[in-house]
Amino acid sequence: MKARTATRFAPVLLLAAIASYVLFPDYLALITQIMILAIFALSYDLLQGHTGIVSLGHAAFFGLGAYSVAILSRFGVTEPVLGLFAAGAVSAVVALVLSPIVARGNDLTRLLITLGIGSLLYEAANRARAWTGGADGLSDFALSPLLGVFEFDFLGRTAFFYSFAVLALVYACLLRITTSPFGLALAGIRENTTRMRAIGAPTARHIAVSYMLSGAIAGLGGAVLAQTSHFVSLDMLGFDRSAEVMMVATLGGTGTLHGVVIGAAGFGYVKDALSTLSPKYWHLALGIVLMASVLLMKGGIAGALARLAAWRKR
Amino acid sequence: MINTASVLLDGVSYGMLLFLFSIGLSITLGLMRFVNLAHGAFAMIGGYVTVSLVNLLGVPFLLTLPAAFAVSGVVGFVLERVVIHRVYREPELQQVLFSIGLAFAASALATIVFGPQQQPIALPSWLAQRISLLGVPVGASRVFLIGVAAVAAVLLVLLFNRTLFGARIRAAVDNRRAAEGIGVRVGRLFAVTFALGAAMAGLGGALAVDSLGLDPTMPFKYLIPVLMVVVIGGPGSIPGSLVASLVLGVVDTMFKYAVPDVGPFVVYALLVGMLLAFPRGLAAIRA
Repeated sequence: MKARTATRFAPVLLLAAIASYVLFPDYLALITQIMILAIFALSYDLLQGHTGIVSLGHAAFFGLGAYSVAILSRFGVTEPVLGLFAAGAVSAVVALVLSPIVARGNDLTRLLITLGIGSLLYEAANRARAWTGGADGLSDFALSPLLGVFEFDFLGRTAFFYSFAVLALVYACLLRITTSPFGLALAGIRENTTRMRAIGAPTARHIAVSYMLSGAIAGLGGAVLAQTSHFVSLDMLGFDRSAEVMMVATLGGTGTLHGVVIGAAGFGYVKDALSTLSPKYWHLALGIVLMASVLLMKGGIAGALARLAAWRKR
Repeated sequence: MINTASVLLDGVSYGMLLFLFSIGLSITLGLMRFVNLAHGAFAMIGGYVTVSLVNLLGVPFLLTLPAAFAVSGVVGFVLERVVIHRVYREPELQQVLFSIGLAFAASALATIVFGPQQQPIALPSWLAQRISLLGVPVGASRVFLIGVAAVAAVLLVLLFNRTLFGARIRAAVDNRRAAEGIGVRVGRLFAVTFALGAAMAGLGGALAVDSLGLDPTMPFKYLIPVLMVVVIGGPGSIPGSLVASLVLGVVDTMFKYAVPDVGPFVVYALLVGMLLAFPRGLAAIRA
């Protein structure tokens, strides 16, 4: 049911992207940011929404992807698509190495461990100034034109289409993954891990693969952000970003791909609008909306849409 | 030698603050299974109460401490009765999101009201001076802080182990249904306990203004060490939290002095390593 809605939503997403390009040519940078947020949120949703593994340090993989792009360009990997997949690979490997740590324990210890790992990485990046630029970030890395043809232009057109292509690819892959037998096994783990183990499913391996894929996609998101903004900084690794992605997924509706994308769009837009007003009002509004969503709006935006659809059918 | 002693004292005073910050969270986690990432907000409230009273109204520092305790406690009580008690039944993830939202809102409110800067505080002269303790010159405020926190800890232990109220809480922790069955009003008990935890954090926040500083990032700044204390000490255990706080405070301070380059890593590495070795926390091993 959810998967069918997510499939039907795919053309809507495509149309929305084209429409936003035509209608809001002055806001391409913001729309690009939103699409990157959507990629990141989709990666987190695979982990939390589909596998039921919570994390308070998912920005670690996002930041790893971003720093990978910047650091790899020093070694001559300046082609964006190559850098993109290399960054995804780096995040995937790190996620795979970390997955045995995450697969054990309960939700509370998981939250703490991911929080701890995220903070460790943040502190490491802060200290390794020679590689990461520390608190100043990195902006002096070279990028060649996309596919050897398209320069990242001042108006952000290339960035827009590039981010959209990656988002579409991620969306399609996740649609395929979550409807596959493997995806169903993940849903089984989310619903009842003990029972999955009892019927002989290799839960630890499934969780590891899910964690690796999720890390890889987060890495892709970070890489796209680094390339399109031509800047990498510590906040891409920080706790705020980890908390943010958790909020986007929840507000949009965890476990629903289309809901997460809508959530990212709404979140990104409101964040931009309120942040220009003042960051403190943004944080206040965010806090209140988050509390209200837990108390009042179960299932996020996607849940509300589903209830609306059910109500109309009556 | 003198240097080591003063670092040790700094570590103990930091540990005592961690204890005050974390004891409420530990109790609420043990009693209500509520993962409250916004607990640091109560410490922040206490801090701002003290700073406002001292700097704006000229109230003596000593008198502001009970005020910080009371205001945080009342805010905690009202919040618990109005919204937080509705979140107890939700899964952990929802609790985490709710409390992050609460912490964000609290932090933003503090920025709007007090501004983003660090709040200075002028301590009375008898606290600002350096005194000689067994031949070692130390800040009087550190000794005072440790003393107050120690008294609070002892009172808390007495309250839990020697009074009817404490017995009710222990009964509700062990078996909520049975406690309700024999007439303990668990809902009201939760609210009072939550308020007490918030008040302790508020006292800690007030005492911390001098040594740790105070700004609107307070709810998140000490989140990791506080959570560590709770997990190491075991949710709901006062002596466990006290020992964990002191060990963590001393270890953290020692490393920051001795090897400043890797100092910040130590806490996080300890957290990850410890959770790997004991996924259920140290309390699970004891039990």
